[in-house]
Amino acid sequence: MEHSSLAGLIFRGVALTLIVLFFMFPIVWIFMMSFQNNDQILRIPPRILFEPTLSNYKALISGQLHTAAGNLQITFMRNLFNSVVLSSAAVALALLLGVPAAYAFARFKFRLGETIAFTLLSFRFAPPLLVLLPLSLYYQELGLNDTYFGIVWVYQLIALPLILWIVRGYFEDISPDIEHAYRLAGHSWWEAFTRIAVPLAGPGIAAAGLLSFIFCWNNFVFALILASADKQPVTVGALAFVTASGIQYGQIAAAIVLSVTPTLLLALYAQRYLVEGLSLGAVKG
Amino acid sequence: MSMVQLLQTNAQAAPARPKPRVRWLPYLLSLPALLICVAILVPFVTAAIYSLQRYRLNLPYLRGFIGLDNYIDFLSDPAFWNTLRISITYTVLTVVLELLLGLAIALLLRRPTRFHNAVSIMLLLPLMTAPAIAALMWKLMTNPSFGILSYLVSLFGVTDFKWASDPSTALFTVVLVDIWVYTPFIMILLLAGLRSLPRQPFEAAALDGVPATFVFFRITLPMLTPYIITASLFRLLDSIQQFDIIYAMTQGGPGDRLMVFQVQAYLEFFQYTNVGRSAALLMVLWLITNILSNIFIKNWLRLRARAHGHA
Repeated sequence: MEHSSLAGLIFRGVALTLIVLFFMFPIVWIFMMSFQNNDQILRIPPRILFEPTLSNYKALISGQLHTAAGNLQITFMRNLFNSVVLSSAAVALALLLGVPAAYAFARFKFRLGETIAFTLLSFRFAPPLLVLLPLSLYYQELGLNDTYFGIVWVYQLIALPLILWIVRGYFEDISPDIEHAYRLAGHSWWEAFTRIAVPLAGPGIAAAGLLSFIFCWNNFVFALILASADKQPVTVGALAFVTASGIQYGQIAAAIVLSVTPTLLLALYAQRYLVEGLSLGAVKG
Repeated sequence: MSMVQLLQTNAQAAPARPKPRVRWLPYLLSLPALLICVAILVPFVTAAIYSLQRYRLNLPYLRGFIGLDNYIDFLSDPAFWNTLRISITYTVLTVVLELLLGLAIALLLRRPTRFHNAVSIMLLLPLMTAPAIAALMWKLMTNPSFGILSYLVSLFGVTDFKWASDPSTALFTVVLVDIWVYTPFIMILLLAGLRSLPRQPFEAAALDGVPATFVFFRITLPMLTPYIITASLFRLLDSIQQFDIIYAMTQGGPGDRLMVFQVQAYLEFFQYTNVGRSAALLMVLWLITNILSNIFIKNWLRLRARAHGHA
């Protein structure tokens, strides 16, 4: 069904080249920019070949930025640390709460389970600010504003629906007969759950965990509203950094590279599961 | 019931499934998820109540119930209509362009060769970049004084292209960033759909020498439709709520050029401290997304049942 005429081949070649160029170029360009000093960045026409410098990364890691106007303190490494803490804690909590619930939804058909699953799903598509703005007022009263705990808690809105729906699909795909046989041999449901069901659904649980981590890491609006400077993750921190540093373009590029590297590496590692995770299990990868 | 009958029914029931001894078990397991639901529902209901109040953080003593006044005010407010118009324009532009481009790329990468798979993995990277960070990347590339894209368009004689800072090109710029981030989403869903289609109709068509355009419009497209609908609805729901890209790029500006729903509601809340109006704005958005997501969930369930093999 593929016509491999010469014109067709050339067309496909050109089209694929343009596509790869469009989607890869920004990443490659910013990566290169992060190894340039401001003089090199401001040069017109821009050069592809240049002498790379690590000064941008050094400034970010040491937290000291030397500018003509004086020294500037950078808290970017703190943002990076916050992202790691917030995303890891959120995913750990979501797995702890979500995997047993997903198991319950898959194995026992009960009305409350369906209601919960669909409520969470429909909130996946509701405007986040609708929940966040009133929540920020509640948080102020409860003293949860600007605490790791408060942010990890709202990150459940991102992680929990994802884990519930993906892992539920994996549990449903495992035949219950194995667990029944195990139960008939005198083991408790807990043993059947931890020794049979969870290991068999292992790949799905890992995939759901990785994806939720990526989505928590990439989230912007939750922390923008609920966290102040010392609890902010990289997404919000990078924006604040752009405003604060003004024209330190090399450092901005380096900050961008540091912010996206973890998720891009995880995505490459987990790419097998991405289709299924992104579609909440509607399309199998 | 006689003893024999009883034994028979027992014998029949035994191999099926041992009834879970504990009736409360599923409830116990789903308790945390239930708590999360409640934790979302409380602020949601609060927002609905706020939307019926005159409630400004800077004027607390004026607070009071005003019925639907916040909503009625929208009808005569040009800022509201501007928000609605920009949100819909942004959504239609991004979803249509991403769908066309994503479908085209999926068709190009359809055969699972090693090269095609490598390309499709590369295209995942924009999608896995935080949208707010993606906006910053494009901001650097479109900087009027040194941005590589400003330089490239200047080679074509366009010297004064201001990208996101010019009202006439701001929408184009953010749509471009949205396309960069989210086209891969449509592409990978449709690619998975294409590769899961049965082979027989295509083989039969090839044997009969049916022209490629006919195969595309009469076989490929109809069979792919459920995937196209699910992918577009996913994007539609996200796009009408876009916040990250627009806020990181221009904060809704220049002027009110990019004041989509959530950006407007955010500024209404934090800049003008008008909680009631902000909540009403979000309720209108919620109404729109709720209608869309009901359609979406129906489609999505059907596709999901098929993927998990119990259609």
